[in-house]
Amino acid sequence: MDFEFTQEQNLLGDSLRRYLAKGYSLQERTRAIATPRGFSDDHWNGFAEMGVLALNVPEAHGGLATGIGNPLDTLVVMRELGRGLVVEPVWMSAIVCANVISASGSDGQQAALLPSLADGSAVFALAALEPGTRYDFNHVKTTAKSTGGGYSLQGKKSVVLHGAQAHKLIVSARMSGAVDSGDGIALFVIDRNADGVSILDFETVDGFRGADVTLNGVVIAADAMLADASSGSEVLRHAIELAGAALCAEALGIVEALTEATNEYLKTRKQFGVPIGKFQALQHRVADMLVAVEQVRAMAYYAAAKVGGGDGGDGVVRTRAIAAARAAVAEASKFVCKNAVQLHGGMGVTDELIVSHYVKRLTMLNQTYGDYEHHLACYADLMEA
Amino acid sequence: MDLNPSSDDLAFRDEVRDFLHANLPQSIRDKMLQQKKVSREDTVRWHKILYAHGWGAPSWPAEYGGTGWTATQRLIFDTECALAGAPRLVPFGHNMVAPVIMKFGNAWQKERFLPKILAMDEWWCQGYSEPGAGSDLASVKTTAVRNEAGDHYIVNGQKTWTTLGHWADWIFCLVRTNREGKQQEGISFLLIDMKSPGVTVRPIRNMHDVHHVNEVFLDNVEVPVENLVGVENQGWTYAKYLLGHERSGFAPVGFHKRELQRLKDIAKNEMLNGKPLISDPRFRARIAQLEIRLQALEIMGLRLIWDQEQGKPPGPDASIVKIFSTDLTQAIGELAMEAVGPNAQPYQPAAQYLEYEGEIAGPEYASGLAATHFDNHKYSIFAGSNEIQRNIISKMILGL
Repeated sequence: MDFEFTQEQNLLGDSLRRYLAKGYSLQERTRAIATPRGFSDDHWNGFAEMGVLALNVPEAHGGLATGIGNPLDTLVVMRELGRGLVVEPVWMSAIVCANVISASGSDGQQAALLPSLADGSAVFALAALEPGTRYDFNHVKTTAKSTGGGYSLQGKKSVVLHGAQAHKLIVSARMSGAVDSGDGIALFVIDRNADGVSILDFETVDGFRGADVTLNGVVIAADAMLADASSGSEVLRHAIELAGAALCAEALGIVEALTEATNEYLKTRKQFGVPIGKFQALQHRVADMLVAVEQVRAMAYYAAAKVGGGDGGDGVVRTRAIAAARAAVAEASKFVCKNAVQLHGGMGVTDELIVSHYVKRLTMLNQTYGDYEHHLACYADLMEA
Repeated sequence: MDLNPSSDDLAFRDEVRDFLHANLPQSIRDKMLQQKKVSREDTVRWHKILYAHGWGAPSWPAEYGGTGWTATQRLIFDTECALAGAPRLVPFGHNMVAPVIMKFGNAWQKERFLPKILAMDEWWCQGYSEPGAGSDLASVKTTAVRNEAGDHYIVNGQKTWTTLGHWADWIFCLVRTNREGKQQEGISFLLIDMKSPGVTVRPIRNMHDVHHVNEVFLDNVEVPVENLVGVENQGWTYAKYLLGHERSGFAPVGFHKRELQRLKDIAKNEMLNGKPLISDPRFRARIAQLEIRLQALEIMGLRLIWDQEQGKPPGPDASIVKIFSTDLTQAIGELAMEAVGPNAQPYQPAAQYLEYEGEIAGPEYASGLAATHFDNHKYSIFAGSNEIQRNIISKMILGL
């Protein structure tokens, strides 16, 4: 047992925190969101220079990962990105897609794709979930049909984060099997600008970009297949779990920041001639927020500790652990959000304070790749009797 | 960061398991696992078995005859004991008064009291709370005045909520030795023989009709001055030191796991619409919620242990764990009671004894569930109510 991070991890977290505290103000963030790309090129390059985009890329392809994913470094980084309220597509490109590619791509594919992902010159997005399927990655109606030398893709993908801003999309498509079967799903990498790809680009309520993607006879070469029909579902499953652990870490950064901000506000805001933090009713609320923060911390650590493991082959222990972590994080972070707003009073619902921006991000995070009910049901299904 | 146990820890766990398997008497185990009453004799017997094996004081340093275990080893021991159905060690002697005597007592006191605690030859109880001093502990009114010869204190007052005081040989008391100045500055820490003339124990019956706690009346009790621990009027410092030890055991993960398993076993036996209750998605999800909270608690508890092993003194972080842990205890107990539906209703105190051979209404496992649920209310009240814990968090961590 060891709760310490390595010196390198602490250094990485500290430098990222300083970088964000110095150059990533709420005003700058708002300006970046309003640009056509929806995020800051300067910061994107800054993250690349700090190695943040290379964390989940294997060493062999110019990255920093030595095993499956890189959960502990990712925890340290995502916590800071949460606190910094970062809108650049680090999670989508450098964690979700990096893990899909490194788990499924051939050496040649990895060599072709990952260096550009790691240095930030290419942005990747996963187009997997479809309309009407909520969080079920195995419910795939999009089809991939063989066409002589390659494949033709047909279907729709919804709420693809950063889909319009990505250079490449990773698409799940069915080659065989029933519509909700894990068998028969393959993964392909396509150009965002390929013929037959049309995109509805929108802002998300938390300052990200999302896209509904229509694939209408998109023709791709044979070497665009990352995972074949026998392995696509398993590749996605583990990549989504790694991404889920990363979201727990981002949530940790946010609940810590929200609780600190709330506590600070209680010390400065005066009513009836005293700081409102003198009132026991409010003190106990913040104390309970802190209990929730510790719950998020425990489960973010737990997720990071468990998500790299293969645990005996079928991965049930790992899947169950991530479901537990995401359910617990969702429940506890909702409590923190609600009370952070409440204790800030009227100021909590304004656009002016960072509080509301944190709350929006955390709320949407808890509906990304599974919500509380989804993860609780997943856990309950796998629970030992 | 690494949350996995080391190979040494795993070997130690196996050693404890083997020991429990070979040495925990079946009748005691049955009582614990079936929620039956455990007697004073059972507890003393188990304690003496541990003592004979050299494990009489898992939390003590080796120089006093303790095991000298690390905090991690103590956690493993506690967890395995709880899972196996061993009674919890009585904390009042081992984990409360003993650390105070070790730290602040004199040589005579160490020699007189510690060996008998270690061997469980003397049972201790705690004389902190009074009718007018619960959460506001510093307002104790029980007085101790030196007699004219100066060799005895004359103690007058009343203690309350004294857990298992009716089984105790000794009581450690906070008494007022000075009425001047700040409340905290006039308190002393006194060791009193329960057999002294003037000590009267009166039972308080709980809402579920069980006798755990007592009132202790102290009426002109003569206490030799050598039973004063440390310096007169410095007792508040010792009292707080003791509470720090009390708060360090707030994540009893083994206990929670055992109770959660009880809940699951009940839900496997109870039927709903012709199927086991545990396969009902709604009920199953409620169990899952609790198991997920338990997982979080386990990590929070490990973190406290880790801090302790890095030499951090017990601090306000324990308050966070206390709130979280006691809420969970109550939630598990309540759901277990709800799981048996109408069979929670029969009131059958006789059935709470393993020796009872008469007829029982409803399934055997249902008979103690309501009592446990009601008894569990105490967890968020004792050892510093959860509101006091929130005060501690506000003051010590948040600086409010």
